[in-house]
Amino acid sequence: MGWMPRSKKARRRLLVVAVAAPILSLAAALAFFAMGDAVSFFYSPAQAQAAQLAPGKTIQLGGLVAKGSVAKHPDGSVEFVIMDHAASEKVVYQGDLPDLFREGQGVVTKGSFEASGQFRATEVLAKHDEKYMPREVTKALKASGEWRGDKDKVTPAGTTKG
Amino acid sequence: MIVEIGAFCLILSLILSAAQVGLSVIGRVRRSVVFYGAGEGAAGAAFLMVLIAFAALMYAFVTSDFSVANVAANSHSAKPMLYKVAGVWGSHEGSMLLWCLALTGFGAIVALMARGLPAAMKSVVVASQGSLGVLFLAYTVFASNPFVRLLQPPVEGRSLNPLLQDPALAFHPPFLYGGYVGFSIVFSFAIAALVEGRVDAAWARWVRPWSLAAWSLLTVGITLGAFWAYYELGWGGWWFWDPVENASFMPWLIGTALLHSAVVTEKRGALPGWTVFLALGSFTFSMLGAFLVRSGVLTSVHAFAVDPERGILLLTILGLAAGAGFGLFAWRAPKLAPGGLFAPISREGALVINNLVLSAATVTVLLGTLYPLIKEALTGQSLSVGTPYFNLTFAPLMGLAFLVLPVGPLLSWKRGDGLGALQRLWAAAGSAVAVGLLVLWVQKPTHVAAAVGMGLGVWLIVGVFVEIAERIHLGRASAAEVRRRLGGLPRGAWGMSLAHAGLGIFTLGACFETAYKIEAAQALSINQAITVGAYQVQLSDVVAANGPNYIAERGLVTVTKNGKPVCQAKPERRFYPANSQTTSEVALCLEGLDDVYLVLGERRVGSEAQPAWLVRAYWNPLARLIFLGPLLMALGGAVSLSDRRLRFAAPRRAAETVAVPVAAE
Repeated sequence: MGWMPRSKKARRRLLVVAVAAPILSLAAALAFFAMGDAVSFFYSPAQAQAAQLAPGKTIQLGGLVAKGSVAKHPDGSVEFVIMDHAASEKVVYQGDLPDLFREGQGVVTKGSFEASGQFRATEVLAKHDEKYMPREVTKALKASGEWRGDKDKVTPAGTTKG
Repeated sequence: MIVEIGAFCLILSLILSAAQVGLSVIGRVRRSVVFYGAGEGAAGAAFLMVLIAFAALMYAFVTSDFSVANVAANSHSAKPMLYKVAGVWGSHEGSMLLWCLALTGFGAIVALMARGLPAAMKSVVVASQGSLGVLFLAYTVFASNPFVRLLQPPVEGRSLNPLLQDPALAFHPPFLYGGYVGFSIVFSFAIAALVEGRVDAAWARWVRPWSLAAWSLLTVGITLGAFWAYYELGWGGWWFWDPVENASFMPWLIGTALLHSAVVTEKRGALPGWTVFLALGSFTFSMLGAFLVRSGVLTSVHAFAVDPERGILLLTILGLAAGAGFGLFAWRAPKLAPGGLFAPISREGALVINNLVLSAATVTVLLGTLYPLIKEALTGQSLSVGTPYFNLTFAPLMGLAFLVLPVGPLLSWKRGDGLGALQRLWAAAGSAVAVGLLVLWVQKPTHVAAAVGMGLGVWLIVGVFVEIAERIHLGRASAAEVRRRLGGLPRGAWGMSLAHAGLGIFTLGACFETAYKIEAAQALSINQAITVGAYQVQLSDVVAANGPNYIAERGLVTVTKNGKPVCQAKPERRFYPANSQTTSEVALCLEGLDDVYLVLGERRVGSEAQPAWLVRAYWNPLARLIFLGPLLMALGGAVSLSDRRLRFAAPRRAAETVAVPVAAE
């Protein structure tokens, strides 16, 4: 094979590249291909209304759960309102809410708008820690002036300071 | 008083670690046995001091000393004793102390127990380990001190997060940190190899047991975490590709690659630079994990002990340690002697493919984990990367690795007989295809991915048996000869077989469970029932059941199959007043390898104003294999570790006298 490099070392290097290149390009191709559908953007209610989202597009909707808005139905579905300073969105969710879901607290839901304009959530982000506030929610609340900071900060331990 | 002794010992350990670095470096420069010994002594003393500090913190937790800020924030006098002890590592500060304990402990083991390691190289290992100790101890002392007192101690503590009050999670951090920090020794050995400019079989023989031990501990830690997520969170899932999970998974992947490349370096002297690179990478990913989990830069469902300001400090430590390591690598690696040559079709070749795939998989996981950060930094848009990304990228890459896996051990070193190996695997290939087709035929044919996955799982498991049969010359030699060879198989070989079989078992379980699990949820009044798969789930009664630090509603659930009783399950919904937090205690009915998984939800008003409870039931087929497989893998690691050839203090000569029957002579 005349086109192969002469030195043994160079030939070995070429072989390594020949084996590695397909695997790495497969990985890269898969990553770029998969990233498109798996990515969901975060919106606060005001941002979602401004963005005029197409029905069926999976997004994350986050904000505060409006006080007194949670309605639980016998069939297991739950309705609640997510709001920020400027706007609010009604969310319908079928399933058990995470244990830390409470009115007045920050929440992130994942789902899509229906043609009727109602948001149907497939996931409600559960938190393990009542002190923890999802970063996106903190950011969106700060942007809209709704952020009230850490009221119950007692100790220097493990408190989220956005 | 005891708490102050702890705080004092912690500071002392920082100073001793600094002394460990200084003395070992001086010893290395002057080639002085006295300084070598002094450095090693300092390493031992530093560990002793952290141990005392750790014991002091544990004392504060056990006695519920709420004048200590960390105890007040994370403990409660009514908490069961196990969780008082586990509370020590349930917080940011305490878990960093555990990290330091493991770091100095492993350093002390190398310093005091590793005989037969060249003195110069050992001094560099001790110095490097000491430097890591200085970084993390300084962080613990100055930014995350668990011994800070409160001026006005509260009467009662705020208690540990109830979700963490669970046996699996009580033991999860020690295993996980043992794994994370175990890689620090490998990191230090890599530094020593670069400083000394030599990577040889003897070096690899030192690195292998450490990476094996760290990897096994990490495997157990991740499995415990996944099992905890499975039954404590009550979502029916066990892996969510969450940033915190990925943070522990990436060091595991790199550690797995390291295990395999270290074999090549030990047996054949090949790939020295790559093995050093992976050794540096494994601990770098461990540190990245610590940073990602604690800084809160990524939104995670498992966010604990998050503190962005201290996250920056952790990032600085990561940058310093990894920067020094990889800087040294860039400078010195080109001077390392190139390793032995091998043909593409050989055991080395198969292991290279293993390493390529594992590294590529790690990079895709890293990309998916960090993409939200990158995107937000560039465009300011918040987003999250969902499970489909990871399934689509990770699964095909792993599938490729699984295809090659059973072939590798059947190839000989340097130049292998690829066709021969494939011929010997006909049984494995046949059964894999048969199982894949069977799954497609019996179950819904839409689940092609599951069928492929199950086929690959069978391919791995049968491949292991083929490999053992080849080693003991089954069918080719007399029964007595086969028995003699079976008895003579080294433990390393058994360990490898166990680990590979465990991977196959895990794959079977994971693919089957994901594709075929059935979920049902409904608000049930007393004596109402729902059906999940072949099972009828009836809510017989709900009673009050109060524990030491919680009040609970306990459901009495009768599970029947075709009218025959299967089990009485007692899922609970607990309320912890100290945290004003509610948790679900899942009840699992073990049905062979399947789980019937029951969650008692909140009380609602059902039809005719009767109280009703939202009951969720899952049928998770083969779910037990998901946790059994990784435990087998960790057991394989432990069995390999017990091999004489890998014993820490085993002189090299002993290793060479053990007869090693190689698979394909």
